[in-house]
Amino acid sequence: MQQVGKVSSLFKIIIFALSFLVYQPLANAAKEESFNVSEMIMHHINDAHEWHIAGPEHGGISLYLPVILLDNGLKTFSSKYFYHGKKCEVISKDGTTVHYMEGVGPAKGYALYHEEIYKLEKTNNSKGQSVYILKFHGEHPENSPTLDFSITKNVASLFIGALLIIILMLRMARFYRKNGAVAPSGIAKFLEPLIVVIRDDIAQENIGHGKHHKYVPYLITIFFFIWINNLLGLVPIFPGGANLTGNITITFFLALCTLFLTLFSSNKNYWKHIFATPGVPIALMPIMIPIEIVGIFTKPFALMIRLFANITAGHIIILALISIIFINKHIAWGALSVPMALFISCLEMLVAVLQAYLFALLSALFIGAAVEEAHH
Amino acid sequence: MNLVTPDLGLLFWTGLVFCLLLFVLTKYAWKPILNAVNTREQKITEALKLAEKTKAEMQVLKAENDQILKAARTERDQILKEAKEAANGMIEEAKGKAKVEAAKLVESARQNINSEKAAAMAELKNHVASLSLQIAEKVVRQELSSDDKQKALANQLAGEIKMN
Repeated sequence: MQQVGKVSSLFKIIIFALSFLVYQPLANAAKEESFNVSEMIMHHINDAHEWHIAGPEHGGISLYLPVILLDNGLKTFSSKYFYHGKKCEVISKDGTTVHYMEGVGPAKGYALYHEEIYKLEKTNNSKGQSVYILKFHGEHPENSPTLDFSITKNVASLFIGALLIIILMLRMARFYRKNGAVAPSGIAKFLEPLIVVIRDDIAQENIGHGKHHKYVPYLITIFFFIWINNLLGLVPIFPGGANLTGNITITFFLALCTLFLTLFSSNKNYWKHIFATPGVPIALMPIMIPIEIVGIFTKPFALMIRLFANITAGHIIILALISIIFINKHIAWGALSVPMALFISCLEMLVAVLQAYLFALLSALFIGAAVEEAHH
Repeated sequence: MNLVTPDLGLLFWTGLVFCLLLFVLTKYAWKPILNAVNTREQKITEALKLAEKTKAEMQVLKAENDQILKAARTERDQILKEAKEAANGMIEEAKGKAKVEAAKLVESARQNINSEKAAAMAELKNHVASLSLQIAEKVVRQELSSDDKQKALANQLAGEIKMN
């Protein structure tokens, strides 16, 4: 009976959360004449300096995240000085009209344009007053953005995800510390099979006996990091919803880790396969060597693109399906869009674990190829 | 922010968080967890081996027990058989002895009877002889009590002689 009670209260929370999710674009749609789907979707899948929680886009409930700039020293202030700053409109050299937000208060001298922070130029206007301006060339500002180490939505989500993983895993570790080597129960019962699968079916299978031990912690960490963050991204309400694992920076970093781990654990045999592939005639070497060298980088590159594309695509599909209601401006379309979005959400839960598994598996495969001994 | 351009700030934070996560989890989670799992696996393997060994030992023990039981059963049968034979022998012997004894008794009894009978016969004979003598004396006295009678007897005797 208690179980049923728990499930039903969880269900209520989900319904409540979904109503928030629906309310946000609904409010937008009501306010604006035309509902721009691609803008809404791109806004969601990109990073931001605020964490929008509920209500209309501007003026609703939002978490203004700290901005940290490296520009002649460290500058920190809340991102609300941009979002509640001065709306500017400039006409660039080729005649395009662009809008950006000029910072006020501590953010004075900086501007937020497409979630990037630019330093403004101080000039005198026609009346002789000193003003800050941002020069544009087409839709792009002329100078490059400032060094921005802000706690953006993705960074905040990263912290939450990491914290969640640490709490989960330390609880699991505490179980073993307290009970010793006994049959697992509670959280350990659920997580242990996953760890054992990574150790046996991913690490041992692909890296080889004896050598896989030192790579197991990395593979387990990467699996849980991707999986938990994928799942967090699927949660439509506050602590989740950021497109973290669908961000190219994250996947780039993870692929870079695998690349470095592969290169640093590579042995003679690995380099011999690249620079003197056995069984290939000398005449073909000028072709083979560049191909093999490119191959070193294409493997982690594929890792980066795969995770990025899969997760971003999932977010885009769910948002696009929900948008059907707002494009057509009638709630009856919910009968079509909600079941489809639900189906894709379930599919994305599968994709979340599948991509985490694939990333760990392929990383192990690449490491395995680097540590493999000559067998001929 | 562009969709496909890595962002330096996010890269910095990701690197920091991921490296910290890797360090903390490896030290405080993966190592103890994997150690516990390995220890348990070892324990299970050892327990299974021990069970297999114990089973084999039990088998040997059972076979030994069976052997002992079998031997005991054979011995018991042997003892029972011997006892039966001994008992039978004793009975046979007793029977033979009894027969001999009985035969002896009968023989001595017969001898006794015979000797008693002979003694009785001898005594009877003596008695009959003395009785016959007494009767003959009495008859003779009677016969020779008068002259007439003596004459008659003489005549008779003479007659008999004559007739002969």
